[in-house]
Amino acid sequence: MKNIIEVSNLIKKYDSNFQLGKIDIEIPSGCIIGLIGENGAGKTTFIKSLLNIISIGNAKIKIFGKDINKYESEIKEEIGVVLDNMFFPEILTTADVNTIMKEAYKKWDEDLFYKYLEDFSIPKNQKIKILSKGMRKKLEIATALSHKPKLLILDEPTSGLDPVVRNEILDIFMNFIQDEEHSIILSTHITSDLEHIADKIIFIDNGKIVFDKYRDELLDNYGILKCDLDKFENIQKEDIVRYKKNKYNYEILVENKTKMIKKYKDYIIDKITIDELMVLIIKGEEI
Amino acid sequence: MKIIISNSSSTPIYEQIKNAVITQIMSDELSEGDSIPSIRSLAQDIKISVMTIKKAYDELEKEGYIKSVQGKGTFVAPKNTGLAREQANKEIEQYISKIIEISSKFNISKNEIIDLFDYLYGSDEK
Repeated sequence: MKNIIEVSNLIKKYDSNFQLGKIDIEIPSGCIIGLIGENGAGKTTFIKSLLNIISIGNAKIKIFGKDINKYESEIKEEIGVVLDNMFFPEILTTADVNTIMKEAYKKWDEDLFYKYLEDFSIPKNQKIKILSKGMRKKLEIATALSHKPKLLILDEPTSGLDPVVRNEILDIFMNFIQDEEHSIILSTHITSDLEHIADKIIFIDNGKIVFDKYRDELLDNYGILKCDLDKFENIQKEDIVRYKKNKYNYEILVENKTKMIKKYKDYIIDKITIDELMVLIIKGEEI
Repeated sequence: MKIIISNSSSTPIYEQIKNAVITQIMSDELSEGDSIPSIRSLAQDIKISVMTIKKAYDELEKEGYIKSVQGKGTFVAPKNTGLAREQANKEIEQYISKIIEISSKFNISKNEIIDLFDYLYGSDEK
């Protein structure tokens, strides 16, 4: 599998105490990659660096194997972007969006755009301000897709949307990656959206990458062991990745779930969700 | 092809997919040469990540249940009854060990077990 994105030596300092990086990462093509992390962990900064929206200093970023500094416009023709905030003024109509984008992208396909609007049930000539939040998001995604990009980069595409619309959007994503050369990078804090469809999860905390793993490696490997306060002592220290002491019980993050279920027969070991994993890694204690 | 994924099951999703395909091959619902969906289209239909499906397909292929033909798709391989029997044998062995374990705990003799076995087997024999 080829890499669609290669990042090395990315460091981004802001005046405040926040620093992103140093980040070195390779992202394979043909996948859906989920970026997760707390608010302010650096997900958006990372996405903006990829797009060269903020200066990247000495970092080396290659997209489609090409240096972003040298081939920016060429690379951007192949990327569809949806950022957190709508970039079209509300007084425009959906038809205006088409007129503007036609000028912006060489490969803009007007028929495709209107086909997406139809598929997503968005009116063809309607002022944006009248559209619902879900429709605006779908309009943005339709816009991002209509110049036939190979890579979709989306910052929080499903936040604030109801489950039905979120499901529709996930459908659009699954449809997009039917082509093996297509990839999607999306940041989200609604991790249940990613639970099944993401191939790879990149977890950013406090500007650093905590892990970058395939979905199956994470969810089939980690588990949560739950026990009362007395039984905690019987657990071997090397089996505890993180633990959290609650009032009535302990929650312990364990690796190699199948082995642990055999080893600790009298304990409850549940499968883990991405949310629980995130919370235990950020808030849990190490031994 | 039928696939039902349970979210509450502790069996990993790739294994659930794998088991679903094997069960259908063993019960002849899927037979040699039948085409099965491509990794990506199955991923879309059941909304499961491409890599998870790929892992299931890779193992199915390694174990000889399916065959992918470049540019044509993925197909059910000739049924390998030897392999299937071997796996069934292993499973039976596990149950028998369990029987031995329980019977020795309660001092139930081997002959009693064999009698019981004959009785149950006989009543089911057609």
